[in-house]
This record gives sequence, structure tokens and C-alpha cells, in this order.
Amino acid sequence: MQFQIASDQSLLVYFGRPENENGAKAPRLENQITIESNERVRRLLRMTDFEPIRGVRNLHPAYCSLLIKFDAMLLRHKELEEIVRGYIDRMERAALPEPRLVEIPVCYGGEFGPDLEEVAELHRITPAQAIELHASTHYLVYFLGFAPGFAYLGELPEALVTPRLTMPRRSVPAGSVGIAGSQTGVYPISTPGGWRLLGRTPVEMFRPGRAEMSLLSIGDRVRFVAISREKFAQAKLENA
Amino acid sequence: MSLIEVRAPGLLTSVQDLGREGFGPMGVSPSGAADAVALRVGNRLAGNAEGAPGLEMTLLGGTFFFREAAVAALTGSDFASALDDRRVETWNSVEILAGQTLQLGPTRAGARCYLCVRGGIDVKLFLGSASTHLLSGLGGFEGRALRKGDVLKVGRAIEGFRTFRKRNIARRALEKLAPRKVLRVTAGPQSDWFSKEAQKLFYARTYRVTEESNRMGLRLEGAAIASALGGEMISEGVSLGAVQITASGLPIILFVEQQTTGGYPKIANVISADMSSLGQLRPRDEIRFELVEMETARALLVEQEELLASKELILG
Repeated sequence: MQFQIASDQSLLVYFGRPENENGAKAPRLENQITIESNERVRRLLRMTDFEPIRGVRNLHPAYCSLLIKFDAMLLRHKELEEIVRGYIDRMERAALPEPRLVEIPVCYGGEFGPDLEEVAELHRITPAQAIELHASTHYLVYFLGFAPGFAYLGELPEALVTPRLTMPRRSVPAGSVGIAGSQTGVYPISTPGGWRLLGRTPVEMFRPGRAEMSLLSIGDRVRFVAISREKFAQAKLENA
Repeated sequence: MSLIEVRAPGLLTSVQDLGREGFGPMGVSPSGAADAVALRVGNRLAGNAEGAPGLEMTLLGGTFFFREAAVAALTGSDFASALDDRRVETWNSVEILAGQTLQLGPTRAGARCYLCVRGGIDVKLFLGSASTHLLSGLGGFEGRALRKGDVLKVGRAIEGFRTFRKRNIARRALEKLAPRKVLRVTAGPQSDWFSKEAQKLFYARTYRVTEESNRMGLRLEGAAIASALGGEMISEGVSLGAVQITASGLPIILFVEQQTTGGYPKIANVISADMSSLGQLRPRDEIRFELVEMETARALLVEQEELLASKELILG
């Protein structure tokens, strides 16, 4: 575990690195993202939920780190670090909630998944096999970030690991299911994006006004279920 | 209920308050006024709590018809404004009579002007805040920038609507709060990924704000910074004002509608006391970065907060 000042009002906590490593360096890509480090992020997040820290304004969890934003008029980096160390010492005893399994229906290919064929070709498999691979895995929600309700899911089966597009699309439709590196995810809103698109879900990932605004939360497990175009159209109608 | 008709929306006008902190775990960034200092002072001049929702206008202001009398204030950049035919000074309270039209023009200096009305702009709160997150279409007035024909409601005021008192900001305070073009920064969490030469270049050169800048981030052009370690890292949480160095070597400063996580190394972070200056930068503006110690950054924030809370800030 390591602490790193990020700004005059924020502090980063990194997990999965020895404390005695010289200098404070962010984990590089070649460092494995581990489920264990992510679990520690989730435990610390839960501790701060149970026992909110006075002066803390916001928390940004990620794969193996937690960014803590605070009010510098109320708190100093050193004070915050001391409090967080205390939480980390105790957090192994804090139970994580039973993971939920969320099924997300996806209509693969066609105009919904414009990159499906290319991805299959790159891996010398058929589009049907690519769909089978993508839908056969249980994914972990490592964290939500980038945009409201955008969940970073991993790990993709080895045979689907594909770099992101060299030229990001100017606009990716809401509901698009994409892959990038060993990650997969669903675009909750229409934004620019560089992930390769395999399909689209009729489900709303983020809906203000719904009790659970975001369909997914950190720590959830996700499985994609292939559906037909008819089912997609029907679900869209029911949502409307 | 008091109503304001939008006769012309200006270039990009949205409802903003001080934003919604606390929803990072859902991927929701705070949003809020790009120049929070201007909004806070504007609200004090108009007789509101400093975080009341106001209108943020960008580069070109709008035209607003007031059906009822109101007390208002314009702060931030001077957008050549007039109430009917009479010129309105920024950083002053102004009394508006029923049936009068407030018309704002193009900016004369910075990027943003704020219109604060006593009672605040009344919109449905989203996650506890009235601010619009333009890129995700959430919050504010229907989650979007204002359009011609929109009718805005004014909220209930803590002071009476009709008790107008002339107020203005102290000149000395205004000078202290003036937007800066030399942005003070602290070292970023990956500053040691960059060579001494790369860092020297970053602090020596002038950068230009590009047209692709918005409330999400300010994209800069100028000297490309070589990342010694070759670029990408595991995504992590990112701070407001973080200066990311992208694969092209050019900096992007993350701003109020920032993404909550990112995978580019951050060479520096704009200090909190200079955050409002970012909100006044226009495309083609030239800026520089100046490295300061963490203690200096904190002292400057304390100084600014004390000034904003002081009795001497507002006259009248």
C-alpha cells in the first residue's frame, strides 16, 4: 500500500505495491491488475461509507487505487493519511456485501456491433465464437468511472483481448457494449469512445429517478446474455 | 412566482451552482460553475447564499425578459450588458423592474459571465445540486444549455424581493481575485515519470488554449512533453485541475465536468486557488505554468477563502 499526494485537495491510495518501494510511482500497465488489490479498494470504500471522514468530499475508486478528494480548509494530507491507515488496519474485518449477479441482455453484431467481425477476424475465430466467448464469462465490476454509470468489467477471455481503436469514434450510441484490452463495458450515454463495439443492450445503464440510479455498482458480477433483434426491439418498447 | 423568459440564449448558457460532490463511486463528476468565485460573489451581491443556482454564460451572453421585478448581479467577465438602454456594471447589485430586458453581448475579456438573481434559478435538483452536466445531459434545466423560449423560475429569497440595496465588491478584493494567465500548480502524482528536461520544458514554455476546450477539459497546444516511461498506465481517480500528458505529448487540464478516472500520467495539478482562473480562459489564450510547494498552495487557498468570507468583500 502506498500514499501519493495528487493535488492540494486530494490524496491517492494505491494497493498491491510494497510500502518500501522507493519513490511514489503509479502502477504501470505491466503490473497485473489483481482482484485482491481491487477487493482492498472496495473494503476501504466501504469503511469510509460506514465511518465517513469529516472533510472528505468525494471518492474515486479504480482498479487498485482510491483517490480521496477533501476540503483543505478542514483536513491536511498527513492527517487524512493517518485516518486512512487506521481504516486499512481494521478493514479486513469489514464484510463486503454478497456480490450481486446482474444479467445484461445484448443484441450482438450488425449495426449494433460494428466491430464484431473485425475482432473475430483478428483472433481467427467466427463472430459466433466471439459472441460465445464474450457471453460465457462472469465479469467483475472493478469500478465505475469515465462517465455516469460506466462500469469497468474484467477480465475478458484471453482470446478476445484486443487493443482499442486507433481513431476513437466521435459518437458511440448509448447501450453499446465494447471491449478494450482485457476490459469490457457498456456505454450508459452517447459519448465519444475508442472501445471496439460488439453489440448493444436495450437496458438503461444509468437512469436518474430510478431508485438504483446506476444499474451496476462496484463489486457486482455481470454476465451478458445474447438476445435476438426482436427481443431487443421489444425490450426497447417496454422501457419507453 | 417570478419568471424570466429567455429571449436569446447566448452561445452556451446553463444553470450552475457549486456542483455535486460525493458521487465519484457512480462515475458522476461534480460539474458546477467553471468560475466558482464569480458565482459565489454574484450570489452575495444578489442577496443569496453563495451556492445558489445562477446562469453561466460563455463568450456571448443571452437576452432575458423579466416578467416581475428582481434583484440581480452580474459577475465574472464583462459581457457588455445593458438593462433596457442603461449599461449595467459587473460586480454590482442591480435592480430590475417588471417588464425590463437584460441584454448581454460578447465578452470583453474572459470566458464566462454569471447572472445571479435573488432567490436563485429554481430547477429540480439532481443528486442534491442544480448544476448542469452538459456532456451527460444531467441536472440543471432539462440537462441542457438554455434555448430561446425557455422560461426560468426564480426561487424563494431569503431577503425580500423588493428590498433593493446597492452593493458592490471592494476594488482591492476584485484585484486579488482577478483571473491569472500564469497558473500555479503543484507536482502531479506522476511528475517523476517525466525527465528533468521534459519538466523544464513544461514550465518554461507558453501553451495556447485550443478551440476543443470545454467544461470537461482544456486542451492545450505548444511544446510536446516526452513521457519518459512511454505513456499509458492503469486507470486511476483523477483530480480537478489535473494536467494530463496525452500520448501526443500535449497537456489536457481536467475541468469541472471531468471524467472521474483516467489513464494518462499527470505531470502537475492546478492549485485550488487558481481553479476559477481556468474558467475564464478563452480559446487562443496563452498560459504558463508555475510550480509551487504544497504548503504555498494551501496558504493561497486559505487566503482566498478568508477573503471570500470577509466582511470587507462586499460594500453596501
